[in-house]
Amino acid sequence: MSEVRKGYVRPIDFKRGLVDMSHGSGGRAMAQLIDELFLEAFDNEWLREMNDQARVPVPAGRLVVATDSHVVSPLFFPGGDIGCLSVHGTVNDVAMAGARPLYLTSGFILEEGFPLADLRRIVESMAAAAREAGVPIVTGDTKVVEKGKGDGVFINTTGVGVVPEGVEVSGDRARPGDAILVSGTMGDHGVAIMSLRENLSFETTIRSDTAALHGLVAAMVGAVPSVHCLRDPTRGGLATTLNEIARQSRCGMRLEETAIPVRPEVAAACELLGLDPLYCANEGKLIAICAAQDASALLGAMRGHPLGRDAAKIGEVVEDPHHFVQMRTGFGGSRMVDWLAGEQLPRIC
Amino acid sequence: MKYVDEFRDGTLARAIAARIAKAVDPGRTYHFMEFCGGHTHAISRYGVQDLLPGNVVMVHGPGCPVCVLPIGRIDMAIELATRADGDRPVTLCTYADTMRVPASNGMSLMKAKAKGADIRMVYSAADALRIARDEPGREVVFFAIGFETTTPPTALVVREAAALGLPNFTVFCNHVLTPAAISHILESPEVRSLGTVVIDGFVGPAHVSTIIGSQPYEYFAEEYRKPVVIAGFEPLDVLQAIEMLVRQVNEGRAEVENEFSRAVTREGNARAKALVADVFELRRDFEWRGLGRVPYSALRLKEAYATFDAERRFPMSEKSVPDNKACECGAILRGVKKPTDCKVFGTVCTPETPIGSCMVSSEGACAAHYTYGRYRSAA
Amino acid sequence: MCLAIPAKVVELREGEQALIDLAGVRKEISLALVEDVRPGDYVIVHVGYALQKVDPEEARKTLELFAGLAAAEGAA
Repeated sequence: MSEVRKGYVRPIDFKRGLVDMSHGSGGRAMAQLIDELFLEAFDNEWLREMNDQARVPVPAGRLVVATDSHVVSPLFFPGGDIGCLSVHGTVNDVAMAGARPLYLTSGFILEEGFPLADLRRIVESMAAAAREAGVPIVTGDTKVVEKGKGDGVFINTTGVGVVPEGVEVSGDRARPGDAILVSGTMGDHGVAIMSLRENLSFETTIRSDTAALHGLVAAMVGAVPSVHCLRDPTRGGLATTLNEIARQSRCGMRLEETAIPVRPEVAAACELLGLDPLYCANEGKLIAICAAQDASALLGAMRGHPLGRDAAKIGEVVEDPHHFVQMRTGFGGSRMVDWLAGEQLPRIC
Repeated sequence: MKYVDEFRDGTLARAIAARIAKAVDPGRTYHFMEFCGGHTHAISRYGVQDLLPGNVVMVHGPGCPVCVLPIGRIDMAIELATRADGDRPVTLCTYADTMRVPASNGMSLMKAKAKGADIRMVYSAADALRIARDEPGREVVFFAIGFETTTPPTALVVREAAALGLPNFTVFCNHVLTPAAISHILESPEVRSLGTVVIDGFVGPAHVSTIIGSQPYEYFAEEYRKPVVIAGFEPLDVLQAIEMLVRQVNEGRAEVENEFSRAVTREGNARAKALVADVFELRRDFEWRGLGRVPYSALRLKEAYATFDAERRFPMSEKSVPDNKACECGAILRGVKKPTDCKVFGTVCTPETPIGSCMVSSEGACAAHYTYGRYRSAA
Repeated sequence: MCLAIPAKVVELREGEQALIDLAGVRKEISLALVEDVRPGDYVIVHVGYALQKVDPEEARKTLELFAGLAAAEGAA
């Protein structure tokens, strides 16, 4: 008669296993998943406490908090995946206040049947991104929904950071005469994702630019503490984000098309699909608006950082009661750069 | 990008603009209709109007195959996508341009997809065929739209489907013809007798012309005494074509000139034309949004390919659905009104909440003006 | 209508297919509508099909026309 081996728990089969409802039920199966996957990957002093919450010291300065939910499809793409994207996205949202990100949370909603191999890949990517950014994931949550009720996996991350007194970065602070800068090439992420969609793929790999920008922001705020606005042009691209700021700040903007950096492959892919790179998402770039006299110092700080090498001044803020964002085309004419109407779709006409 | 960047050069643009400014007769206005929606888009997107003198006015024509699709045909596409009566569930494959066109009952293909219909966006007709081959358990319908540029690819996939004997592939054919539309405009009372719409010449479509050649336009030049200059797709092409039109008008000529000589010949693409002639035949008439029923203006599959015709495999009743009462797409497509003349432009009707197709398609006159040019009227 | 773009043919493939290159982006398209295309030629690409070859000599003449160096094109 075989003996029951005390304390033996069969390890999770990450190669072939699938998420099932028991992983979200709060019982042993869930505890094992958390232990063997999340704690193993994210490992830090707070998670080791094994509480449902994390106790962290309150820093001096003002607390900044941001949250983002990630539903990207496909989950894996050249340059990244939903995991590192969820870390970068929230780290960046916090950083756009001119703040230093300190801690992250992560909540997972898993669909029954989701392969554990993919889940592990995503979690390890998140862990690597968090370590590289120096921002630990200190607490989290896991739920499982029935098959058909989720798109594989949804991830929410919330970030907490601190901004020193005297740094006032906000979307309503753009003023006529200010310079508008971008940290690098536009449209990379959006085109990378679009080109993975069925029936639209290329044989060339266009990579997402997903990256954590808080180091770049720290360098920028160090050089120009009075920077007016910072924002990362994610969904809707540069055009939508500039329109948001124009509306918040109640001003207009004038851009120079030839000054906006776009990678040749991204421009070419857009030509083939009928897309406009100004409306394609970016996940590792930011827009900065500062007083005209600070533009040169800010640009210098950006270009001195690995994530800002292609930084450029692309336009200026103007008085405009309509809050229009307009652009002088390379051709010499003028056009509006309007809000995006729904998701940008490829076209044949 | 070779053959692209050089044709967008700002310095050359100024050179042509200067020549146009010198050539125009200050005592008159020149009205040119750019027929092709791609040209409408290029003019707005590059701000070509800014380089033209005030007395050269561009009138937008109905060369946007999405804009001219009547609501009834979109309803039929939605009906096809949501059919549940056959042996196999339906997959509707479409170019992305049609997804947001408003149909009846507040529906659109996008909304039908959200409600669960299997509607897939494809880049190419070949993708639709591939899906049919890869998924024999599904009935694949390809929503074919477009002018003569887009028709040859559809002809190719129909022939391939026939060669393969594919049982689960059909085409819902909405291909329309350029010369018929141009005729219709020139015959319309507003142009012919009333003079409400003045057209001094046409900027001929770029890519349609690579297929049909420059020869079909000779009829218009002769019969209606209107110059036609076929222009390439880039803004310099359009500007150059306008210069050539101005000169023709000044000199009292009414000829067909070909600015897009790097891709258009008089005969066009014989191979493509033969393929189309093999697969398609003319419909006696076809309803165009804004133009009403236009004779011999659209195509359907020939009897020999009947088994690949979605309208024969899935009989549907075609309803003529009138546009929203406030929608002026019809008048705008005919060049009778401008987007800003429409009462709902920019208020009820915007790219987010389009009422008519001119606002949905990015080459529609309304969408182009709203997205790129609205600041001119607001100022 | 008809969004199309000139691209360079870099490789011929079986089944009347070809690999085109546009500023480094490569895609497989069909040559079934054109004839006598060789690697190095430029073609106008629309919805995954080459519609026509680009004539380099005519392109050059057109650029000269823009620059005002050539007489206006006569009737086609």
